[in-house]
Amino acid sequence: MSDKIYRVDMSNLTYKIEDVPQEWLGLGGRGLTSTVVAAEVDPECHPLGPNNKMVFAPGLLSGTSAANSGRTSLGAKSPLTGGIKESNVGGTSAGIMAKLGVKALIIEGIPKDDSTFYHLHVTKEKVEIEAVPELVGKDNFAVLDAMMEKYSKKVAVMSIGRPGEQKMLISNISVKDPKGKLRSHGRGGLGAVMGSKKIKCITIDAENYKETHLADPEKFKEASKIFTKALQENPISGEGLPAFGTNVLVNIINEAGGLPSHNFRSGSSENAENICGETMAENIKNRGGSTTHGCHAGCVIQCSQTYNDKEGNYLASGFEYEMIWAFGANFGISDLDQIAKIDNLMDDLGVDAIETGVTFGVAADTDLIEYGDGERAYEILKNDVANGTPIGRIIGGGAGNLGKLYGLVRVPVVKNQSIPAYEPRAVKGQGITYVTTPMGADHTAGYAVATNILNSGGHIDPLQKEGQVELSRNLQIASAAVDSTGMCIFVAFPALDDPKCLPALIDMINARFGANLTGDDVTNLGKNILKIEHEFNLKAGLGKADDRIPEFMKYETLPPTDAIWDFTNEEIDEFWNF
Amino acid sequence: MSEMIKITIKLFAQYREGKFKVEKREYAKDSTIEDILDDIGLDLGKFPIGVLMVNGRHVQEDFVLEDEQILAIFPKVGGG
Repeated sequence: MSDKIYRVDMSNLTYKIEDVPQEWLGLGGRGLTSTVVAAEVDPECHPLGPNNKMVFAPGLLSGTSAANSGRTSLGAKSPLTGGIKESNVGGTSAGIMAKLGVKALIIEGIPKDDSTFYHLHVTKEKVEIEAVPELVGKDNFAVLDAMMEKYSKKVAVMSIGRPGEQKMLISNISVKDPKGKLRSHGRGGLGAVMGSKKIKCITIDAENYKETHLADPEKFKEASKIFTKALQENPISGEGLPAFGTNVLVNIINEAGGLPSHNFRSGSSENAENICGETMAENIKNRGGSTTHGCHAGCVIQCSQTYNDKEGNYLASGFEYEMIWAFGANFGISDLDQIAKIDNLMDDLGVDAIETGVTFGVAADTDLIEYGDGERAYEILKNDVANGTPIGRIIGGGAGNLGKLYGLVRVPVVKNQSIPAYEPRAVKGQGITYVTTPMGADHTAGYAVATNILNSGGHIDPLQKEGQVELSRNLQIASAAVDSTGMCIFVAFPALDDPKCLPALIDMINARFGANLTGDDVTNLGKNILKIEHEFNLKAGLGKADDRIPEFMKYETLPPTDAIWDFTNEEIDEFWNF
Repeated sequence: MSEMIKITIKLFAQYREGKFKVEKREYAKDSTIEDILDDIGLDLGKFPIGVLMVNGRHVQEDFVLEDEQILAIFPKVGGG
């Protein structure tokens, strides 16, 4: 049976299962979510009002045996940026949705009775919509336990904690991973959109699905073998990431002077050695735990980990570079274990690591908290953010809003979304991605760090302007296409350096659907996605003036490189000439 | 005796295994990074060089070092 669109209308608690329109058939992941959002959501709507929609879509290869194909995209209008958002995640939802035949799950409307929250359970035949007053006020791990009790251990779960219920802009949507831990649709405040629709959790039936149909199983198997080999033989995806996790980046970014610290006052941190991937791997070795863990079934990279305290008790998993940078370098906590404790609490609450961490960095410039005070940060999250006290609301509004409330100038956001772990002044290609991507400051949209710092795909000097706009454009086009396949962004490393990798990926898509896509078709797909998203933002009122870096980066040099943001507006706007 | 230069060498990721994190060593004037790599004896067959930086700037293996510079040596690493 062919895939279907599952459409839920929360305004009257009904659902429909629809055929996939012809023009959406060749789309998946980000390509599909952005197409649906652009077609069905009024760009001028209030993101938390009845006219916004949530669109979940597994990637084109999700549900197959293709390595690293387990990412689900979620699209909506973002309450944080006011523009279009696509946020993708590992976990178990992509594979299960795809095998069930769910091309996309579209959720629209807001219940008339907003006195409770609801649980949606998606099966092949129907969507059950049930009030769950007993789950209101619970956080993610409790919801997860309740759902695994009710269904099976394998059921896919997407949920929000209390910050999401309260529609805070730092809130995200958590997704269960294969070990029963959590991954997140992290960025853009999408937990608030789910909260506005009064949905506490969504489960996907994992007991009655069929294996994904392949148009040409032999061809698929052959391409899949080549693709997997490319991932395993690449020194980054095959060696570095499994051994040290994403946190291996702390030292190299710090050495290049691109690790934002002290709320973006410096590009290097005194805490680097304490919090780096090498230290983390050593702790894991000495304390038990594991350096390897896949965030989704079929992952051959295994960049995630299980991190224990000194006594060998579990502290955190999915302990990523961005989290460790935000709380360690930018907010100044020097104790990795304390950051792990905060990470686990944030998983339970369902708040974005980058937005929350950068908000604390900005808060350290106010009387709310001292720089590096991890105990206080933990308390604020546990008591104030969770319960929605006035201080919790101030932190829960994200870095941009906190800056406005306190009259601050040093506020590292683009389109009101916090800048991630690479200083745009010292990693200029990445800065171009931050200002131009329709997502607001986002590192995954076009990872120029690869070529600026890591020597993947060649090398372009991170401190010079030359070549950066073109680099960012090419990476953003490729990333938009890759985000449509369900593939993890780390396939980019072999793709940049191994000529066999991308053709094998395209061969798998062709063998899955009986299609004849070429490399050019995939590039055009990426271009179209970017243009659709850009057009939505223009209609939503985000223009050229929003494609800009925070002004302080144009007149303050960044130690130790003394770099400054020196692109002209014309140079930036050249990005969209394609 | 010919003139010597002092170089601070930092090793990262797999290169630290059985070696050191940071060490100051003396080399003959006009030594290149290649000379220093020979001296340290990293397992470059298993873990090829990813990135070389001198004082935080990317350089190549034929770079000629000067007194009191900091050399950082990374295997291929990545993340995000």
